[in-house]
Amino acid sequence: MARIQIDGQFYSVPEGNNVLSTCLSLGLDLPYFCWHPAMGSAGACRQCAIIQYKDEEDTRGRLVMACMTPVTDNLRISLNAEQARQFRRDNIELLMTNHPHDCPVCEEGGECHLQDMTHMTGHNLRRYRGRKRTHNNQNLGPFINHEMNRCIACYRCTRFYNEYAGCDDLQVFGIHNNVYFGRFEDGALESEFSGNLVEVCPTGVFTDKTFSAHFTRKWDLQTAPSICVHCSLGCNISPGERYGELRRIVNRYNGDVNGYFLCDRGRFGYDFVNSSKRIQHPRIKQRNACIQTAKEHFHQLLTRAKRTIGIGSPRATLEANFALRSLVGETNFFSGIEDTEYQLLQTVSQIIRDGGIHSPSMREVEQADALLILGEDVTHSAPRLALSLRQAARNVSIELAASALHVPSWQNAAVREIEKQALTPVFIASIGRTRLDDIALDTYHGSPDYLANFGFAIAHYLDSSAPEANALDADENKLAHTIAAALKQAKRPLIVSGTSCSSLAVIQAAYNIAKALPSPNRQLTFSLPECNSLGLALMAGNDLQQAFTAIEQGQADTVVILENDLYRRAEKQKVDAFLETAEQLVVIDSLKNPTTEKADLLLPAASFAESEGTLVNNEGRAQRYFPVYPAPDSICASWQWLLGTMENSSWQHHDDLTTACAQAFPDLTAITQVAPGADYRVKGSKIPRQPHRYSGRTALHANIDVSEPGQPTDSETPFAYSMEGNMAQVPPALLPVVWSPGWDSNQAINKFQEETGGHLREGDAGIRLFEVSGTLAWFNGIPKPYISEPGVWEVMALPHIFGSEELSLQSPAIAQRLATVCALMNPLDAEQAGIDNGDCVIISDLSGASLLTTVIQIDTNLSSAGLLCITAGHPKFQALKMGMQVTLRKFNSDSEVGS
Amino acid sequence: MKQTAEKSTSEDLTALEIQEINAIINHYEDHTSVAIEALNIVQKHRRWISDSTLKAVADFLQISLAHLESVATFDNLIYRQPVGNTVIHYCNSVTCWMLGSEQIREHLCQRLHVEPGETSADGQYTILPIVCLGACHRAPAALVGDELKIDLNTDAIDEILKR
Amino acid sequence: MDKPLTQNIHPDHDFTSLADYQKTGGYRGMRKALTELQPHEVTQQIKDSGLRGRGGAGFSTGLKWSLVPQKTSDLPDFQQTRYFVANADEMEPGAFKDRLLLEQDPHQLIEGIIIGAYAIQANIAYIFMRGEYRLAAKRVTYALQEARAQGYLGEHILGSDFNLEIYLHTSAGRYICGEETALLNALEGKRSTPRARPPHAVASGLWGRPTVVNNVETLCNVGHIIHYGIDWYHSLGLGADHGTKLFGVSGRVKHPGLWELPMGTPIREIVEEYAGGMLDGYQLRGFLPGGASTDFLLPEHLDVRMDYDAVAEAGSRLGTGTLIILDDKTCPVKMVLNMEQFFAQESCGWCTPCRDGLPWTVTLLQDIIAGQGRMEDLDTLAGLTRMLGPGHTFCALAPGAMEPLQSALKFFREDFERYIVGNNDELEYA
Ligand SMILES: Cc1cc2nc3c(=O)[nH]c(=O)nc-3n(C[C@H](O)[C@H](O)[C@H](O)COP(=O)(O)O)c2cc1C
Ligand code: SF4
Ligand code: FES
Repeated sequence: MARIQIDGQFYSVPEGNNVLSTCLSLGLDLPYFCWHPAMGSAGACRQCAIIQYKDEEDTRGRLVMACMTPVTDNLRISLNAEQARQFRRDNIELLMTNHPHDCPVCEEGGECHLQDMTHMTGHNLRRYRGRKRTHNNQNLGPFINHEMNRCIACYRCTRFYNEYAGCDDLQVFGIHNNVYFGRFEDGALESEFSGNLVEVCPTGVFTDKTFSAHFTRKWDLQTAPSICVHCSLGCNISPGERYGELRRIVNRYNGDVNGYFLCDRGRFGYDFVNSSKRIQHPRIKQRNACIQTAKEHFHQLLTRAKRTIGIGSPRATLEANFALRSLVGETNFFSGIEDTEYQLLQTVSQIIRDGGIHSPSMREVEQADALLILGEDVTHSAPRLALSLRQAARNVSIELAASALHVPSWQNAAVREIEKQALTPVFIASIGRTRLDDIALDTYHGSPDYLANFGFAIAHYLDSSAPEANALDADENKLAHTIAAALKQAKRPLIVSGTSCSSLAVIQAAYNIAKALPSPNRQLTFSLPECNSLGLALMAGNDLQQAFTAIEQGQADTVVILENDLYRRAEKQKVDAFLETAEQLVVIDSLKNPTTEKADLLLPAASFAESEGTLVNNEGRAQRYFPVYPAPDSICASWQWLLGTMENSSWQHHDDLTTACAQAFPDLTAITQVAPGADYRVKGSKIPRQPHRYSGRTALHANIDVSEPGQPTDSETPFAYSMEGNMAQVPPALLPVVWSPGWDSNQAINKFQEETGGHLREGDAGIRLFEVSGTLAWFNGIPKPYISEPGVWEVMALPHIFGSEELSLQSPAIAQRLATVCALMNPLDAEQAGIDNGDCVIISDLSGASLLTTVIQIDTNLSSAGLLCITAGHPKFQALKMGMQVTLRKFNSDSEVGS
Repeated sequence: MKQTAEKSTSEDLTALEIQEINAIINHYEDHTSVAIEALNIVQKHRRWISDSTLKAVADFLQISLAHLESVATFDNLIYRQPVGNTVIHYCNSVTCWMLGSEQIREHLCQRLHVEPGETSADGQYTILPIVCLGACHRAPAALVGDELKIDLNTDAIDEILKR
Repeated sequence: MDKPLTQNIHPDHDFTSLADYQKTGGYRGMRKALTELQPHEVTQQIKDSGLRGRGGAGFSTGLKWSLVPQKTSDLPDFQQTRYFVANADEMEPGAFKDRLLLEQDPHQLIEGIIIGAYAIQANIAYIFMRGEYRLAAKRVTYALQEARAQGYLGEHILGSDFNLEIYLHTSAGRYICGEETALLNALEGKRSTPRARPPHAVASGLWGRPTVVNNVETLCNVGHIIHYGIDWYHSLGLGADHGTKLFGVSGRVKHPGLWELPMGTPIREIVEEYAGGMLDGYQLRGFLPGGASTDFLLPEHLDVRMDYDAVAEAGSRLGTGTLIILDDKTCPVKMVLNMEQFFAQESCGWCTPCRDGLPWTVTLLQDIIAGQGRMEDLDTLAGLTRMLGPGHTFCALAPGAMEPLQSALKFFREDFERYIVGNNDELEYA
């Protein structure tokens, strides 16, 4: 610790950090632009000027940039010295010489960091009489607006985009005051993290295009703490609503999970909530019904049923799944996941629970100093995690910069300069090329069996008591040894795997490697398919095939399906047979899909934005989301439909469900502490969802009805649909949105952190359900290498950030970025089959029935024979399921005429 | 960092250009560093760098096109627009300015019917300002093609343009 | 021998070949260094000679070399490779000294690089040359070939175990590329914005390796110092600084030109004797002693000696040692405008005060000259000179840009005011 003096006050602070970050941690106001806690210092904007004094005698001091000044013992500085204040005011004046005065029409207005800093420094009079430089804007695709005139050249966008996110199509062009931040030519930004530009940019250059389409000022948005439902990582989000419509998503800081950043699927996938596919009313036999009738009908169906089975969902909350399970009874509850995936999830949950290896948060992932990714293209299967892995790849150079050059990690450019010379050992073993290959020291490609075998071999090299894999060839062997050596040396090695390959052996191999690592700080993380996959796995239940069997064999006649489109889970014939055989089919869901079409009783479910519940992410962290706005009268949360039909239940409220669920499953005991219950009060009031400047709250619907409606009440959560309440006392993890006096922009978050970039005060949101315990025996399911049969292809469904996830696909902006529809094939296979790049083929099952036609793309990185890779979950490929065996035939328009 | 093995098509560059770039490519630790010299080489052969030329160089070096453009637009001597056979860079820095660079510019522009930055109708000359050419003791100065011209006056300009 | 740097440069022949160079003792310094001296002894001699950088900042050359970490086994791998760079980017308005050395006696530079590279144990050196120096590039290329053919470059130079390659890198041009750390970025094919220090280039420079950057003229001294010795070198200076320096004069003097003279030669001698005094009909109004980024001095400063400390004491900087003369028929306000336009245009665009402050400076000066200035504009300009002062910006470009402006505001304030009050009839500027 260092003792430092700021404007005459003494503080004890950690040594070595920079002064700007330290001042903000102390709660002091000091303006800045180019510095970012996650990206370090650049020294470019010169806004954080302060006066540094040599010693006690020094009265004049020297103007320095706080962001570039390290904290040392006996440091004496002033933020308030007039020379520093004037410099900061003048600096804003310079930035303003070119900045347009368009705040009223600028979408950043009201949450603009530049506005905040301008107020903070007190610059208000314009002396500059010259012309402002102007730029043309670019079309950057469906996510991001571009308004270059507003640029203050802080270089944050390119530093985030090029350095932090590792993508190079956004650059700075030109020189002097004619610098331009954009692409070489118009076109969609290529990075999967482009949406963060909206929050990284301190002005209105990069704004959210999807938000523009239904823009509302930040202060007019109603918000609540929420969790992203588009993958298994559980990033924290603040969705904003106005007029009953979900308007946008911004990042909600969680020091353990997502930090400052989201992926584009999470940020722009929200529009499914507003989709025309939303089910607006209960439907009985395809006809609209009112809520009361629907409830009664539901009740009757259940009473009349001989036996009812319930099918749960990995995208529904613990509470909703638990309510269904309680309704139909434990033995009649099926998890709604097809058997392979079910088995994978059971294994993963077993490993997390009893494997004795730490399951890291994303913050911890970023600390890794060696890593192996086995079987995942993380950018597509768990996007935000890829961003964290990219940061981990810097750790060796950060350490070297500190030890050899005495340069702290926040000296961003200096550390990056030696990055090429000091590589963190990153290895990727995957089916084909991945989006993280650029940080990899080496890569290995193969089919899942090969990957698993390769993994087993590494485990064996690390610890000879681990089972021995099938023999590798010389190159593979060498690489496996290299990887084993690098992992063995590391202080914080990390193994990343997951369910993308649909291979149990891959997951088991990943565990064996992690188990074989000598470091006590070893970590193992898995990417899972959906937002509550792990939560559902922890509740057990049976797999989907067993549900099919139950109906097929007439053991049950009524089915209740919770938020699950079975056509995405199993082959069409099977699902058709199942749904048609069931006498009564009740479906609860929010969007129309092939399964809802078949429902005898269709119950419209509230989306994540209109309901509450607990999800368990891939780390084993339980997190709760809360309704941002009430669902329309004709729509209920899934749990409400289910609870409403339970006879004589003592459970009335969501909290009752949470408590009961916690009692039912020892693994889930802690979920009651994830967030406070509905009775929680801050100084006697609930937590307001509306900012104190929220306008027109009683006149919102005056065009429909001039009588002032009362505010809706929320009996289920600690939040109120109101602007009344004491925000200042709210624990940061429960803040619907960040704001602090003088800090209208999201940068206000520094007021709520223990230290800048650290954990939230009073703790980050969520509770980890598992800490390291137990150990499992070595897995030894070493797979036989997959030998392809000539002419027969195995379908490999690979996740894609914009093509695979069910809900986000219904958001127009995401749909515009849909992955190109094509199937990947390895060059040798293609040559043997006489297929060229771009050829159109007809895919048939082994019985010869054609399933679909598609274009083939030859991928040089696909090395294993006999695989046909498609985009998982893509509507176009619905007919193909993972692991299916198919044949191919070139599409020839002449020959097709007759058939 | 390991570069992903993207197959590049560089048929746009001539064999000679490739040969010249290859001759210096090992002078540096990585391909990015070759960017400016490679552009210099290609520009020597083509006078200016068109979008497709820029792409060809980026492909050949396997570096990002946008990054290459970022550097090319920072620098002064990479012409991203067509120029004439000979570029006349007249110095407009302080001593030359004091000793008549404005007259030099006016005379050039008048003779060629162009403004600075433009190319004469016959495609012979492009007129561009340049910073101090290190010939202040023989001001005003200009770089005409590859040749430094000093002690300029309107007669000297006429002489240059006559050739 | 009192003109070591230019002894081979004569009006009648314009290129010194290897043979010519060796005739006057060329490469003997290198021979001595490589065969008789340990690297650290070379560094020590340069340090003891008192040689200070001729690129403008005047940093001790030997000290800079000594800051490169010694090669030891516990040094991390990435620090085992080091680079030596000659800064031949000369682009300071008013400076025309390095071009002469490059075009006319390139071996002198090559010898200096070899010695410097040996001293810091670099095996690769670059000559970073501005793109406009076409003739210099040709001659340096030729000289490098000669040196290579002679075995002065390549492996086992002079039978020692020292290897060196020197590569010529031609820049595509920007004034900022001459700034040491921006130069390194330019060499790496990045945008030529400067780097933050620490780390200094000597610890982490090109591609993160220890790197020394020296000016061309600085390096041209090195061979002679090693060959003729420190005492000889000390005997050359007239004041506190040692050796000779290329001094130049441009503007309305009778004989503008460049001369090698002892460090510490009085300005009057340079202007009146060597440059022959003012052209007939012109009076000396002031001068910039070392290029466009130095403060104006006045005729009353003519007796100041041209060395680092003396010029600094007078309120300016030695800079490049090339004087720009302001005569009485040239408007100082317009002259300053010309220079500020240069600096605004050459700002790399990285930091706010420089990027946005210089263009504002330019529009204020333009307004003033166009008769649309206001008295308070002078305060704004003065405020900008403070705002863009040393330590306030990311590199030294903007503070350099402010030097002529701040001194002009001090010395020629009436010229600014006359434009503003609209009574400049009495001005007779050309
Ligand atoms: C804006 C700017 C431009 C510069 N241009 C040059 C240059 O063209 N040549 C040069 O030798 N030094 C130049 N310098 C100085 C260099 O940064 C550096 O100090 C010098 O090359 C070191 O060499 P020396 O120690 O031998 O003088 C410049 C500095 C600044 C701030
Ligand atoms: S560079 Fe700038 S903002 Fe930026 S933090 Fe520092 S000086 Fe400060
Ligand atoms: S001012 Fe023109 S060559 Fe120097």
